[in-house]
Amino acid sequence: MASDKQKIIVVALLVVTFLFYSFYLYSSLPVKDYTINEESGKGKLVWQQYNCNACHQVYGLGGYLGPDLTNVYSFRGKEYIKAFLNIGTATMPNFHLNNQEINALLAFLNSIDASGKSDPRSFTIKYDGTIKQ
Amino acid sequence: MEPLNNKQLTTPKLFMIAGLLLLAVGLLFGFTGALQYLVPGFLKQYLSFEKIRPLHVSSIVFWIIFGTIGAVLTYLSQHSGRKIYSPLLTKIQLIIFILSIIVIFISYCVGIFGGREYWEFHPLLALPIAAGWVLFLINFIKSVGSFKKQPVYVWMWLTGIVFFLFTFLESYLWIFPYFRNNVVNDMTVQWKSYGSMVGSWNMLIYGSSIFLMEKISGNKPFSYSVIAFALYFTGLFNLMFNWGHHIYTLPTYNFIQYISYVVSMTELFIFGRIILQWKSSVSIARKHFHHTAYRFLIAADVWIFLTLLLAIAMSVPAINVYTHGTHITVAHTMGATIGINSFLLLAFAFDILHDTCLPFTLYKKWFNRGYWITNLSLFIFWISLIGAGILKAKWQMSAAKIPFSTMMLQLRPFFIVFFISGTVMMAGFILILYPLLKNQFICYLKNILKKRKIKEQHVSGIFAMD
Ligand code: HEC
Ligand code: HEM
Repeated sequence: MASDKQKIIVVALLVVTFLFYSFYLYSSLPVKDYTINEESGKGKLVWQQYNCNACHQVYGLGGYLGPDLTNVYSFRGKEYIKAFLNIGTATMPNFHLNNQEINALLAFLNSIDASGKSDPRSFTIKYDGTIKQ
Repeated sequence: MEPLNNKQLTTPKLFMIAGLLLLAVGLLFGFTGALQYLVPGFLKQYLSFEKIRPLHVSSIVFWIIFGTIGAVLTYLSQHSGRKIYSPLLTKIQLIIFILSIIVIFISYCVGIFGGREYWEFHPLLALPIAAGWVLFLINFIKSVGSFKKQPVYVWMWLTGIVFFLFTFLESYLWIFPYFRNNVVNDMTVQWKSYGSMVGSWNMLIYGSSIFLMEKISGNKPFSYSVIAFALYFTGLFNLMFNWGHHIYTLPTYNFIQYISYVVSMTELFIFGRIILQWKSSVSIARKHFHHTAYRFLIAADVWIFLTLLLAIAMSVPAINVYTHGTHITVAHTMGATIGINSFLLLAFAFDILHDTCLPFTLYKKWFNRGYWITNLSLFIFWISLIGAGILKAKWQMSAAKIPFSTMMLQLRPFFIVFFISGTVMMAGFILILYPLLKNQFICYLKNILKKRKIKEQHVSGIFAMD
């Protein structure tokens, strides 16, 4: 049986490493460009307000009833997206968004599109089991 | 040591009962969500999928949290042989949580969301939940008293409670524009918190299951052994550092991928131990199989094996790139939250609640059937989601993609099996929940009547004296 002291040392080491990792990430976020695009910031909140995430994924994360929208902006274009938002589909409700909300959402979809590619086909698999885009 | 009065309806028991009710409600929402997969536009006007999904997931997460709190508080006092430090704090926590949940459910129904993935509600509603959790932490620390020479489950409980609070608060960092302004930053921090949060409640649940296992088998030394602590440290290591496997495809720091990949592979140690222990587990299982609570522990063991197998595979980035964004993820999540978390919690529920004014033997048949029905249908449910996931993975990787809606139509046979097996599983759960809850309710009423009778007798006695 290990003594309390040994156990505390192991846990303390883990906790310190964890806190270091956490605060390193908070203080040095992966994307350093902090310029604020007001419109896309608003769009993000519209996205959250209507819970688009429950049916759609961004980078593969979200609900699974609808398609991933990470790169829908460049793939489909503005007008196509507008049409979907204004009409809805059999499954997707028409949220009766006003123009401001639609423009904000478009700016948000534009910004996530610009942040990278979610298409799994764009990754190469390496021999050690890691992946690279 | 058992508390003196087992039959009394204590607050920890009320936590468990409320949790079971949330499970029932959660099943109903899950059923509705699965129906919406099959019938596009079903309930679109009133309870569209963006409302049903958070209703389902939140009820389920709250079931896990409530059941866990009920189990930890009960087992803590059984372990220490003393009462919980402050029953009043526990009561206040229960009331805060129940009121918050009611408001959260109403908010979803009227279309107010947190809009985050996946346990989400308006940030204002996170305040009472965090406050209630702090009460739990205070109560726990005060009740334990001394942390010297404690078994592994007390360590696990403390770890789980502290890390839950940390990760829960972390998951709200997005309210600061600094964290949410860029989608990559936002998702990195969000999945860091959610990934570890699941680890935290697992600490609480696994700790309780070690306690219960020892209580049933009378085999105390395990929870003090080196291997028990080695497993605990491995779990903690994973809780802290394996969350990156949720975001392998996110263009974030590369080291997040490497760290998470390497750390996740240490789970092979847990996996190996399960295999090594197989033989002795089976013989112990045979001995205690008549014990209903134990039976759920065994079912969870099988599901831990299956889930861990899938989880370890999905933690290899080269495999994850295929499974990510498909229903294989859902299979993993639901497989774990049902097969492991819910089954373990049902073991605790049975252990904590079976001692009522009515004999439980009356319901042995119900349990038996419920047990087998939930397990078998869960297996089919799980396979159907994996099947749907494999087809979607193929679609994601195909050179010339057919439209999304056409692909979803091709998955329909899997969704039909998913819906049917899910419905059967729900029925199985009801066979288990109904007697558990009915007994509590009847005994509660009986108790009230008895008290009233005593009071009446007392009053008429006074009159007789006149
Ligand atoms: C109830 C589920 C649901 C919700 C909520 C939802 N959607 Fe959809 N959405 C869908 C489905 C399903 C499709 C695919 C329809 C099809 O292809 O037939 C879709 C398609 C789309 C498309 C077209 C994608 C493409 O590549 O064809 C866009 C853009 C879109 N949704 C945006 C949004 C936004 C923005 C929100 C939030 C305001 C939202 N959706 C909320 C279900 C939903
Ligand atoms: C104890 C029982 C259950 C638990 C613990 C549970 C848990 C969960 C969890 C955690 C998720 C989120 C999955 C993810 O994002 O990866 C989820 C989603 C879902 N569950 Fe369940 N579930 C249960 C029962 C059911 C049943 C019986 C059904 C159907 C009959 C069901 C249908 C669904 C559906 C449709 C989704 C949404 C999938 C999507 O995002 O597209 N669940 N469940």
